[in-house]
Amino acid sequence: MSVLQKHGSLVSQKTDLPVLKAVKTRPMDDLGLSRWISRMPLWVIFAFSAVILLWPGLASAQTAYSLEKVWGILLKWMPLLVFKGFVLNIVISFFTMLIGTVAGVFLGLGQVSQVYPVRIMSWIIVQVFRNSPWLVLLFIVMLSFPFEISFGGTHFTVPGWFKAVIGLALPVMANIAEIVRGAIRSVPTGQWEAAESLAFSRSQIMWQIILPQCIKRMIPPWMNWYAIMTMATPLVSLLGVSELVTLSRQAMEAEGNNPSLLVPFYGFALVIFFAYCYPIARLTLLLEKRFTIKL
Amino acid sequence: MTNTQWDEGQPIVSIKNVRKSFGDLEVLKGVSFDVQKGEVICIIGPSGSGKSTLIRCINALADIQGGSIQVEGQEVHDDDLDKLELRKKVGMVFQQYNLFPHKTALQNIMMAPIKVLKQPKAEVEKRALALLKKVRMEGKENSYPGELSGGQQQRVAIARSLAMQPDVMLFDEVTAALDPETVKEVLVTIKDLAADGMTCILVTHEMGFAREVADHIYFTDNGVIVEHGPPTTFFDHAQDERTKAFLGQIL
Repeated sequence: MSVLQKHGSLVSQKTDLPVLKAVKTRPMDDLGLSRWISRMPLWVIFAFSAVILLWPGLASAQTAYSLEKVWGILLKWMPLLVFKGFVLNIVISFFTMLIGTVAGVFLGLGQVSQVYPVRIMSWIIVQVFRNSPWLVLLFIVMLSFPFEISFGGTHFTVPGWFKAVIGLALPVMANIAEIVRGAIRSVPTGQWEAAESLAFSRSQIMWQIILPQCIKRMIPPWMNWYAIMTMATPLVSLLGVSELVTLSRQAMEAEGNNPSLLVPFYGFALVIFFAYCYPIARLTLLLEKRFTIKL
Repeated sequence: MTNTQWDEGQPIVSIKNVRKSFGDLEVLKGVSFDVQKGEVICIIGPSGSGKSTLIRCINALADIQGGSIQVEGQEVHDDDLDKLELRKKVGMVFQQYNLFPHKTALQNIMMAPIKVLKQPKAEVEKRALALLKKVRMEGKENSYPGELSGGQQQRVAIARSLAMQPDVMLFDEVTAALDPETVKEVLVTIKDLAADGMTCILVTHEMGFAREVADHIYFTDNGVIVEHGPPTTFFDHAQDERTKAFLGQIL
């Protein structure tokens, strides 16, 4: 047996020698959620809806609520849930992403700074906010932030949902900083050297040569984080922000808190979130594919 | 800064007893040579002998631990060195071309003169087009680097460097990554440049080319200059055993 053959059969052959075992490594994947969601076939959404539709019927044996009645109640509340509730979730997600992205870009740049204190501070901030429970961060911001901010004599009331935005933006910021850092590091050093030899300053190199090359690489993981964060927005209902889940709970209370309402109402929330995030996940993977081929 | 009076009679690049190490590994162990204005210098030698490191020190891409490098009388081995001013005078072309992939050929050439030298766009564009013509790349202004062959990319890279109107050009194994067929087109470009009187310092493995264009050849091995001389003397009457062994392998 030649060396080549031996080597070729190594992977499939069973061996007791641990050093010879084929190592199965999964590459670090920053698109886990999008991959998972987009792998679901579209009929999942209909199957979901069907379960919610039929649940009251199945469960109505022990309650006084009929299928029609439950559906009548849900339909009555639907406009409020969507246009008052879910719209606020989207608004929160937009502002969170905006603040998280701007702060994350600067934090990511801080992580590759040549100034040691800046680099180490950025690293600490990123590590703290990436690895803290989101709900704890939310509570801290919610309870420690003032209700009012005075600015040049005028007072601004800070709405609860905006404090929630700040709380959610912190972990998003830290994760986007990591995306930015990774993307900058992925640009070959030759680009830096070529730009340096042309007498570009460091900030010119960063903003005009390195970052424009990174943007494509950053978009898919960035969108993935948008989906993750959007699905986390119901967390803020624990803090009394009247988004979709809060409103669902209040609607059920107004309807007498009947248990047969639980699955239809929360199931409806699930379906809306899925319907919103599914196309984002598909688009994320599509872009990822397109950009990898091009690179 | 030690910017002494410099006139064109003095060496444009003066390297004295340069030492450089990476950790415990000393890669340059006291290298000295002078380059006069308009001269073409070729540095040859086995891999790992510190050739590339040496020319990267000239435009301060790498720092040195001892000795002195002067470019037009300006000391490079100086903590207060204005690196950007130095690099405006010294152009460099790399083995891997390193064109900016998100810019077209023309944009690659125009970027530095506009952003760094703050020259007017119209003037830079005129010069860039002339340079593209000079490197025989007219008609490829709007191509992205990904659409060009290695040799074409390298010629654009040379034009990009020339657009800064440097006084000295450094070439770091610029044909090492190219197909044999495209090596020639890049070498012709460099030859034209040398004929125009540009001061060139080349690290190369192209012995025939070195023999043809170089005014002076330096052979480095193990961090020192083993032997040097004009091409004819160097190639035909090598004295040192290491030089003979190297030339024996390569020719």
